[in-house]
Amino acid sequence: MTSTTIDFDATLKHMAADINQLIKDYQPEQVMMVGIRTGGIWVAQRLHQQLELKSPLGELNISFYRDDFSTLGLHPEVKPSKLPVDITDMHIVLVDDVFYTGRTIRAAMNEIFDYGRPASIMLAVLLDRNEHELPIGADVVGKSLTLKQGEHVKLSGPEPLALEITKTG
Amino acid sequence: MTGETLQTDKQGRLKHFLTTEGLSHTLLTSILDHAENFAGVADRPVKKVPLLRGKTVVNLFFEASTRTRTTFELAAKRLSADILNLNIATSATSKGETLSDTLRTLEAMHCDMFVVRHANSGAAHYITTQVAPHISVINAGDGRHAHPTQAMLDMFTIRKHKGDFAPLRVAIVGDILHSRVARSEIHALNTLGVTEVRVVGPDTLMPKDVEGLGVHVYDDMSAGLENVDVVMMLRLQRERMNGALLPSAHEYYNRFGLTSKRLAAARKDAIVMHPGPINRGVEIESSIADSTRSVILQQVSHGIAVRMAVMAMCMQRFNDEGDA
Repeated sequence: MTSTTIDFDATLKHMAADINQLIKDYQPEQVMMVGIRTGGIWVAQRLHQQLELKSPLGELNISFYRDDFSTLGLHPEVKPSKLPVDITDMHIVLVDDVFYTGRTIRAAMNEIFDYGRPASIMLAVLLDRNEHELPIGADVVGKSLTLKQGEHVKLSGPEPLALEITKTG
Repeated sequence: MTGETLQTDKQGRLKHFLTTEGLSHTLLTSILDHAENFAGVADRPVKKVPLLRGKTVVNLFFEASTRTRTTFELAAKRLSADILNLNIATSATSKGETLSDTLRTLEAMHCDMFVVRHANSGAAHYITTQVAPHISVINAGDGRHAHPTQAMLDMFTIRKHKGDFAPLRVAIVGDILHSRVARSEIHALNTLGVTEVRVVGPDTLMPKDVEGLGVHVYDDMSAGLENVDVVMMLRLQRERMNGALLPSAHEYYNRFGLTSKRLAAARKDAIVMHPGPINRGVEIESSIADSTRSVILQQVSHGIAVRMAVMAMCMQRFNDEGDA
């Protein structure tokens, strides 16, 4: 196991600035940030605070929407999704920690649409592994990371945030 | 193989759900935890998740049922499974088809799960031994033996109101002898580690070996309810009145009906439960059934979430199953 160094403060700051740039044309009460469990929520909490968003932070547990249920089963420790306000006509900033294949984001969008019809969804990710398998791209990327074959990256947290790179096979 | 060993795989994960007996504390708790998540689905604008999309569930009911069948049906639909309701009384079995031929026929329709209700104890277990390996079986009540999803929805309801199981005293009142619900409750409550399980009812409706299940027996209602946190009433099956087991509904109510006066012996915050359908004025005073202490209707809602959890857990297929 190796750990890679990343300046979280600086990265989150520039992510917040990029998000701010993208949402500046919207009414502030129409912007809602939603984090994906579990790592995405840790990132979202920090961004939510920095951006001083008015609406409460939403939390998504996408395990009922995954496309690999038939091979991986239910996640053992799941906590329910929590979208505290009606998302209809909201501009949603969806936040995740690691953007890998894009399947999680697809599941998250499917789940969001079961809660209502948002005005828009943008995607902000802390790390982009650049190995997408679906036509989904991030609007805001903290850091771009290319891993060697068999390497995996995981964010641990919530305090302090740290990146772990592990190798399998 | 017994029902207890048949229902989990080598890794101890749920494959079929036949009885609460023999399942671990961890597994019962994980059913409740998953149910907690599925309960949230009912509060959303779209009350459906795509987890079991493309799967087919068959409600195989050899015995009449309304709430169990409909809540299983709703649970399957909220998981996006397709569901067939088969009322065996009006189907092929009555035309002389054997049970195993009925099962083969349903398998040929590519069904993935059977939810079985049968008047004979052990029916769901038997069906489990007969079906193809990819099919999961859930027991929706077999004879006097078990009704595990009812027990788990009751555990879920208790946990919602009381939080921790450890300090609780629970009284189960009524016809223990014929009750599959009571048996499943007793196993679940003891595994979850309550302080005491009491069974309260007339001698004639008490199984002989009931203490062996880890309960204290009472034939006096007021003593049985003293200081309990949960009162679980059972339905008095009117068909039992024909035999010598019970004098009359009126007599039964006088001795074992849940009245306000008797309930006063229980703790002030005790909740009153009933698996339904309730017989007002036979097991329970009408005003108690409608009071704030009654959680009878919550039990019904919780039944959907618990059945979603059990169905999803049984339908999980794992990559490591090849060596099972």
